[in-house]
Order: sequence, then structure tokens, then C-alpha cells
Amino acid sequence: MTEAAIRLDRVTKSFDGRKVLDDVSFDVAEGRGFGLLGRSGTGKSVTLKHIIGLIKPDEGRVFVHGEDVTSLGRRDLADVRRRMGFLFQNAALFDSISVGENVAFPLRRHTDWPDARIRDVARARLADVGLQDDFDKMPADLSGGMKKRAGLARAMAFDPDILLVDEPSAGLDPLTADEIDELLVDLKKQGTTIVVVTHNIPSARHICDELAVLHDGRIIARGTAEELKDSEHDLVRTFMRSQGTG
Amino acid sequence: MLERVGTAILAGLAWVGAVFLFGLRALREAVLPPYEFREIARHVFEIGWRSTPLVATSGLAIGVVLSMHTRASLERFGAEAMIPAGLAIALIRETGPLVTALLVAGRVGAGIGAELGAMKVTEQIDALEAVAVDSFRFLAVTRILACILAMPLLTTITDFFGMLGGYVAEAAISGMSWSLYFDRAFSLIEFRDFVPATLKTAVFGMIVGTIGCYLGFTTTQGTEGVGRTSTRSVVLSSILIIVTNVVLVRLILILFPAGA
Repeated sequence: MTEAAIRLDRVTKSFDGRKVLDDVSFDVAEGRGFGLLGRSGTGKSVTLKHIIGLIKPDEGRVFVHGEDVTSLGRRDLADVRRRMGFLFQNAALFDSISVGENVAFPLRRHTDWPDARIRDVARARLADVGLQDDFDKMPADLSGGMKKRAGLARAMAFDPDILLVDEPSAGLDPLTADEIDELLVDLKKQGTTIVVVTHNIPSARHICDELAVLHDGRIIARGTAEELKDSEHDLVRTFMRSQGTG
Repeated sequence: MLERVGTAILAGLAWVGAVFLFGLRALREAVLPPYEFREIARHVFEIGWRSTPLVATSGLAIGVVLSMHTRASLERFGAEAMIPAGLAIALIRETGPLVTALLVAGRVGAGIGAELGAMKVTEQIDALEAVAVDSFRFLAVTRILACILAMPLLTTITDFFGMLGGYVAEAAISGMSWSLYFDRAFSLIEFRDFVPATLKTAVFGMIVGTIGCYLGFTTTQGTEGVGRTSTRSVVLSSILIIVTNVVLVRLILILFPAGA
């Protein structure tokens, strides 16, 4: 049996008295694609932030490669994070440095590689997302979709074992969205564990081996796309029939 | 009514406590490796060097004004010869440090608050954490240290240009020579007048950096919150600088009786 790369164990989280995650548990095996679906504001992004330790649960635990990230100290947590990549919903590029330097940033911080090698890797990552000509541009000069792709390039900078992507195709034209999907599928084939938050059902079907639907902070259905299509929940069936993009 | 006042006071004290702990944490982490020398140097440049035109111009103007006021007062007693010394004492002991701190609070405090606030609401601080960078150490510790280092240097620049402004005013009115002016200016000033007064501005730097960073890290409510953070950084830094100055002056008077 494949070891779980990610495991959430009865995670509960409230903000200002409102329960955003309620007893959420799931695991993702290494090298698999896992999709989190659900309406806006149901806690999908919050779940991703729990996995990378940006948010600590009120109750429950989160394991990454067997390590409980909820109880790790800063240094140990940083070690775990170095093996992960995270694409934020709004890309969250550092706006004071160029697009290329955004991608190079994690490499500059965590390696002693020469500058030329770092720049080469950053250029290669940007080329992977179709931004090879935008190395020197500032984030403010990019469109929303381009920022998203640059954010993905930064998330992939370190060849992470685990890639967490929050709405990868939001704001992208259909062709670019397909290219990003293919890139994620390729990464998965190479052994990267991928967790995707998306409203784009065709994209989720393409990238993910397993899907979970969050509703009111709880996972109401989990399984393959085919299994969810025949779910007992109306909401899940409706969701799976939709072609929602973004 | 009384209950509301009490609640507000408690909230205020809790806020001061949180800022104090934030500053203490920054000082503690500043002495622990890994050190962010490049970032600190970059911020000293941003905070220090880029503030130089502001403090130099202000220092010059303050020197001219102080000289004119001192002349108006001392002329009544026929003590015009004391004008350079009087100006030097006022400028180096108090006016220079305090004015520099307030100017830097306005320029740098607002900048730090707005920059970190914008980073907070656009998730850039989270993005730093996600790429395994300690955001507190990288963003806050470096800026606070840079403020601590830059403030005494900027104060020295204010003092210098203040003296220069005083000389320009004095030369224009009485035709006093450069060498005589500085001989008289430093006749009553000793090293211990300069050192404690200038070094106390490191505390002001700590205040400006800590409040700007704390408010930036705790910014909420989008761009409106960023604007509020920027304004609050200036207001709260200025108030705390003025209040802390009272305590520091008293402390200097106790520790350096002849020099305070």
C-alpha cells in the first residue's frame, strides 16, 4: 500500500465563531491527484493552508509525509515546507521584485547555487508555464492569468514532492488552462502529489484521481469522478454535471 | 460609561503589551542565526540614506530658526556670544534627536506599515512562509534593526546641518566667522552631551520599526486597512516617541548628571 503523503485527521477550524472546517478527514497517497470541490466559502483554501501549516486547526491534526505539521517548531515546519509548493488563489507574487526573481526567490534562499544556475532554473520554470519572455517584468505588469502562471512557476521552483494549487485555471483562457492542466498531469506522472482546489470540473476530472466535495465545512462526498457523478447528494451530482470554470 | 472607559483602557494596555512582546521577540531573534545581513543593509539604505535629504533640510531650517530665537532671547542680556553654545546644547541634547525621530516616524513608519500591510492583505507574507522563509525574521527583524541602526546616524546628520543652519543665520546677522562660531558652539558641549542623546534615538528607531511592523503584520480589511495602518503607524509612533523621550531624558539626567 502506498504511504499517505498528506493526511488530515478530524480537523476543525472556526473563524470569529463560524465553523469553517468541521471534523474534516482525508488522505492523499503519494503521487496521486486529489481535488477539493465545493461552493465558494466552504473552506477549500483554508484546507490547503492547513496542509502547509499556514493555519493551525482548533482540533485535529495534519500529517505531511508522516510528520504532524500542527505540532512542529518553526525550523522543522520550514523543512517540511521546502518539500511543498503552494499556488495561492491570487498568486501572491512578491510585488517588489521581478517575475523571474519571484521564481528564483526560494532557490536563492535555500540553495548555494551560483546565480547563473538559479536564473536558468527560474527561466525553465517560467517556460513550463509559457512565461519564458517575462522574466524581467514586474508582477504589476502581468495580467491576472499570467500572475497565476508565474505563481505556479514559483510553486514548482524546488521540484516539490507535494504541490498545493488553489484554483489553477481561474482567470486563464481555455487553451492556457488546458496547458496548465497538462503540466500538472505531467508533474503527477513524475511522482508529485497534487492537491487541487477548483471549480473547474473538467479540469478536476483530468488532473485528479480522487475528488472530495466540501459543503458547510464537511466533506459530504469523496471518490472518483465517476463515483461522485452518481452520488446520493443532489448537490454533488449537480456539481459534477456542471462545466464550471475557474 | 465607566465600564466602557475601563474596557478601552484594558484594550489599550493589551495592545501596548502585544507591541512590546513583538519588539522583544524581534530583539531576541536578531541575535540568533541565521542573520539577514543583506536585508538589513538594504533597509538601512532605504530607511537611512533615503531619509537623509529630509533630515538634512529640516536640520538646516531648524538651525536657522533656533539661532534666530536664541539671538532674540540672549540679546536682552547682552549675551550674544553665547548664541552658538546655546544653539548647540538645544540642538544636540534634545531638538535634533526628537525632530529626527518624528520625521523618520512620518516617513519610514508610514512606509513600513503600508508595505507590510499590503503584503499581508495580498497574502505575500503567507507566500513567504509557504516557501519556507521565516516572515517575521525576514520582514520585521530586518526592518526594526535597520531603524535602530539608522536613527542615531540620521540624528547626527540633523545635528550637523542644524549647526550649519545656525552658522548661516549667525553669519548673515553678525558676520561671525566659521571658526569662531564652532569654537563657541562646542565650548560648552562635551562628548557625554552628544553620546547619550544620540544613542537614545536607537530606542526611537525601535519604536518606529516595531509599531510599523506590528501594525503591518496585523492589517486586515484590504486596502482600507492598509491606509489605516499607515496612518496609525505615524500617529502611534509619534506619541510613543514623545512619551518615551520623557522617560529617557530623566534616565539620562540620572546616569549623566552633568551631560543631560
